[in-house]
Amino acid sequence: MSDMTAVQGTKSNGLAQPIYLDYQATTPCDPRVVEAMLPYFTERFGNPASRNHYYGWEAEEAVEKAREEIATIIGADAKEIVFTSGATESNNLALKGVAYFYREKKNHIITVVTEHKCVLDSCRHLEQDGFRVTYLPVQKNGLIRLEELEAAITDQTVMVSVMAANNEIGVIQPLAEIGAICRKHGVFFHTDGAQAVGKIPLDVNAMNIDLMSISAHKIYGPKGIGALYVRRRPRVRLQALINGGGQERGMRSGTLATPLCVGLGEACRIAQAEMDEEAKRLTALRDRLLKGVSDRLPEVYLNGDAKLRLPGNLNISFAFVEGEGLMMGVKDIAVSSGSACTSASLEPSYVLRALGLDAEMAHTSLRIGIGRFTTEQEIDYAINHIVEAVSRLRELSPLWEMHLEGIDIKSIKWAGH
Amino acid sequence: MSYSEKVIDHYEHPRNVGAFKKDDDGVGTGLVGAPACGDVMKLQIKVSAEGVIEDAKFKTFGCGSAIASSSLVTEWVKGKTLDEAAKIKNTDIAHHLALPPVKIHCSVLAEDAIKAAIADYKKKNGLDETSAA
Repeated sequence: MSDMTAVQGTKSNGLAQPIYLDYQATTPCDPRVVEAMLPYFTERFGNPASRNHYYGWEAEEAVEKAREEIATIIGADAKEIVFTSGATESNNLALKGVAYFYREKKNHIITVVTEHKCVLDSCRHLEQDGFRVTYLPVQKNGLIRLEELEAAITDQTVMVSVMAANNEIGVIQPLAEIGAICRKHGVFFHTDGAQAVGKIPLDVNAMNIDLMSISAHKIYGPKGIGALYVRRRPRVRLQALINGGGQERGMRSGTLATPLCVGLGEACRIAQAEMDEEAKRLTALRDRLLKGVSDRLPEVYLNGDAKLRLPGNLNISFAFVEGEGLMMGVKDIAVSSGSACTSASLEPSYVLRALGLDAEMAHTSLRIGIGRFTTEQEIDYAINHIVEAVSRLRELSPLWEMHLEGIDIKSIKWAGH
Repeated sequence: MSYSEKVIDHYEHPRNVGAFKKDDDGVGTGLVGAPACGDVMKLQIKVSAEGVIEDAKFKTFGCGSAIASSSLVTEWVKGKTLDEAAKIKNTDIAHHLALPPVKIHCSVLAEDAIKAAIADYKKKNGLDETSAA
């Protein structure tokens, strides 16, 4: 989330620490996950690749059980799961690994302008290495147009990479439809599932997904581990990025981090068991927050599709109030902003710009992430807190004053700087 | 990122928020920045017949540092002559608020706002534009 800046709140109003509402950035480990991991740091410390003694077998058994749980949540087979250090590595491995393996035959990749930086940056890297990349635009609601995707496919296209759910605006792409198009044209379909796995139902076979990146720390697992699903039938082959002892069927060498693997597995098991109920609860909290602020504040806009989005995501523009200034005002909640005021460039979020939002509207956005440990009381507190801060900052805003006077701020010739 | 205590103080207790009537002859208005860049400052000065800034008001769309910079300059310009106010430098603002390098542009904007407000006042009152520099 390099474009999102987070300001840590301070102690006030009797809160020991700010309310965490940034679940798309990361999630706390579920205590049940930590519980499952602990023995593998100490007494069960074996190397899962040690095939010749008890310690190795014990670790291997734990890793394979985790692999099974990860496979189950996406409808895959355990043999199709490769452990990595996280979704960034998985995305790198999927894009570069497939591109380099098939480069003699095909040299074209299709992706989307709103992908995570690690996908876009991997694609830039491939472009510098002679590959051709098509970056599909998105509609106002953040979704791609299927006909544009199909039209972009050529006989040189090796892979389509479209994220399952967006990290900033939470919109869910039509995966089954994309998968069907890819299968029809004999093109691999990779999806970055970092934000979607464990939140919405996914099935690699029903959706014709050939590769999927998975992150543990977005689903109440530990940081530092992820996985890549790589389809076996029809087989997807890729060139390893990390060479060594040939672990993970040669696709990713390096000793497996047993406790982290166990943590990811347990996180998937819990997410699978509780997904339906959790999605219902989070959707209700999300809608309550949006309604709460919209009822009390004018000029509030939801960015990204209202229905086809993650249960726990909101991205809201509070017109005429700058996002970073607003984050400083809502110090009792920990959220992110699409404003990039702290970064070297003054460019706001490229994802919001891709929706066709004016730069000024992109500067006024907050991303609010709701998750497993968010309570209704916290949401109600957040509503009041946001409404008060936005109201106060609008009193301070020359743009709000112009708006009330009926002046269109677009009609003014701004100097810029 | 963390803000200095002075920035937080100005952000939480901004001085001289508000507006004067733009059309008053004694009022100079400076509007600088751009919404697309994430900062807009409106600084107004009320000038006495003797050419002294009697009062100042501001409104700012921007981050905490932008709000603090403009709040601070409303305090600084009060009681100064136009020539004295025109000498306020962005570096003084940045230093006083302990702004980090990425926030220096906020202090530059505040300096620009003072200059724009003075220029507006002079233009309205038919005063020589160059004498302030």
